[in-house]
Amino acid sequence: MSSEKYLEMAIATPLNQILAEHPICRDFFMNLRLTDLDWNLPLMQALDHSDQDAITEFGLDRGMILREFSLFLETFSRVAADAASIRSLTIIGGHGKSGEPEIAQWTATVGEIISIVGPTGSGKSRLLADIECLADGDTPTGRRIHIDGREVSEGQRFDMEGKLVAQLSQNMNFVMDLTVREFLEMHAGSRMTRDAENAIARCFECANELAGEKFTPETKVTQLSGGQSRALMIADTACMSSSPVVLIDEIENAGIDRRQAIKLLAQKEKIVFISTHDPLLALSADKRLVIKNGCISRIIETSVEEKNCLDAIEKLDATLLRLRNRLRHGHEISMNTVKGEEQN
Amino acid sequence: MKLITFAGPPSSGKTSVILKLIEAMAIDVNTIGVVKFDCLTSFDNLRYAEKGVRVETGFSGKLCPDHFFVSNIEAAVEWGLKCGFGTLISESAGLCNRCSPYIQGILAVCVIDNLSGVNTPRKIGPMLKMADIVVVTKGDIVSQAEREVFAFNIRQVNTAARIIFVNGITGQGASLLARHLQGARELTSLRDMKLRFTTPAAVCSYCTGEMRIGAEYQMGTMKRMEFKTE
Ligand SMILES: Nc1ncnc2c1ncn2[C@@H]1O[C@H](COP(=O)(O)OP(=O)(O)OP(=O)(O)O)[C@@H](O)[C@H]1O
Ligand SMILES: Nc1nc2c(ncn2[C@@H]2O[C@H](COP(=O)(O)OP(=O)(O)O)[C@@H](O)[C@H]2O)c(=O)[nH]1
Ligand SMILES: [Mg+2]
Ligand SMILES: [Mg+2]
Ligand SMILES: [Zn+2]
Ligand SMILES: [Zn+2]
Repeated sequence: MSSEKYLEMAIATPLNQILAEHPICRDFFMNLRLTDLDWNLPLMQALDHSDQDAITEFGLDRGMILREFSLFLETFSRVAADAASIRSLTIIGGHGKSGEPEIAQWTATVGEIISIVGPTGSGKSRLLADIECLADGDTPTGRRIHIDGREVSEGQRFDMEGKLVAQLSQNMNFVMDLTVREFLEMHAGSRMTRDAENAIARCFECANELAGEKFTPETKVTQLSGGQSRALMIADTACMSSSPVVLIDEIENAGIDRRQAIKLLAQKEKIVFISTHDPLLALSADKRLVIKNGCISRIIETSVEEKNCLDAIEKLDATLLRLRNRLRHGHEISMNTVKGEEQN
Repeated sequence: MKLITFAGPPSSGKTSVILKLIEAMAIDVNTIGVVKFDCLTSFDNLRYAEKGVRVETGFSGKLCPDHFFVSNIEAAVEWGLKCGFGTLISESAGLCNRCSPYIQGILAVCVIDNLSGVNTPRKIGPMLKMADIVVVTKGDIVSQAEREVFAFNIRQVNTAARIIFVNGITGQGASLLARHLQGARELTSLRDMKLRFTTPAAVCSYCTGEMRIGAEYQMGTMKRMEFKTE
């Protein structure tokens, strides 16, 4: 629909009707403190009967409000439609910390989960940062990132404006004073999700599947435990965020079902990079990039044998968890607890 | 010389972003100058000086910071030209959310941070609404969802602006911001240019030093609230 069409709609259509079709427009009026308009009238007529002083305080007049309203309608009709979508992401190799060259280039495609492993300080977070800013030879590594096999043009770079990449890291927290339900409603609202009720319910369910300890929709997000917040963030990123690329930096200590988390993310037609020191996460991925002294030094496809080890690793993990829980609850530990023979 | 105006609530990350921006621009620091407009005190001059950036600081004191900005920006530009800067950046701390030290035709950047709460963009007035570029900081400490909702709420108030996420500590995003600022226009004077928005009207008796409370002491432009008792 063209800009003129939105302008025509703003001029001629009664506000009621516009609001019914585009509920988000309620916010437009709230932002301008126009809350008691006669909603049966079209915008201009409704404004005739409203408080002119309030309008001037915002530095506006009726004509400007009309123009802004039609722009608003246009912008948010577009937002609903334009999730950035990509098919592949290519890393064109740069150099390591001492200038040595790394792999020439490597491509990840949609649906792939890639783990990034390497010693502390080797450059895992740096690689994630290169992807996030669509490096163009302008970072310390000299790497370049191409999308769908092509260089990212200046125009694309500006258009994507942070819509390409969703990020999750150990340092991120919820800072809002909302319940889990309100939080998800708010996010769904901003995504203008069509079937919001359903999306919220599904996301909540996924989050609870990932979390070690269950929580309710009425829990405040700020009161969630570390593991529960991580679980909610992962589920939310998988189910609600439209960004086609997900970057995860060290979430392991969180006490969440990591294999399940990977499965959930894998279903979502995204490209997921996970920097990790955790064997379970590293091997749940399809591939892993090995970072050494700032370089991508190897790319390993997770072998069938490695995948077969996952069950055993999960058992080890469960043993550690059991030990932790026993200690937490004030019990003593014996060789039997370690071997997993004693149950209570 | 190019002039770029930065505004934003206190501690939103303006100085951090400007410093990272200067780094990302990868040019000789001697070709850049900063004018800091503040109210009472500021320590920003030390941070700029530490990076070798020339800075002048002005304090509005008892004046409205916006009035203070308009009455000094022309001289700031003259200073910048005299120093031979290629780029002059003004940093003003917006205090009342209505502040908008932006000039028509001069690139205007508003810096706000994710920690201020997801609904804050909807409460900030002209300072956000009239900006060409909105820089969002502190995304490193909130969830992806909060970042997305925050950006969505900015979009509600300013449909046309470019929204750029910059980490004021690591500088992530600063090079994208630098690219956006390349288009700032060259100027030789601000004479006869216009503000984007009126400054707060400030001609009541309290502006001129009145301290007593009571209707008989109040003169000039006043605005009274209505309190309803049912
Ligand atoms: N190719 C490179 N050239 C120059 N500097 C690099 C390169 N790769 C990484 N670095 C720098 O090395 C430092 C450590 O890297 P980074 O923080 O990414 O390590 P990490 O693998 O994430 O470590 P940890 O496991 O502790 O999180 C950073 O300052 C990063 O910018
Ligand atoms: N975590 C985090 N902190 C930031 C970021 N940007 C700025 N800060 C911090 O926020 C504080 C205020 O920043 P400053 O640049 O002085 O803000 P100003 O008053 O707007 O100039 C400083 O302690 C900065 O280090 C960011 O992106 N992330
Ligand atoms: Mg790291
Ligand atoms: Mg400052
Ligand atoms: Zn102000
Ligand atoms: Zn006054």
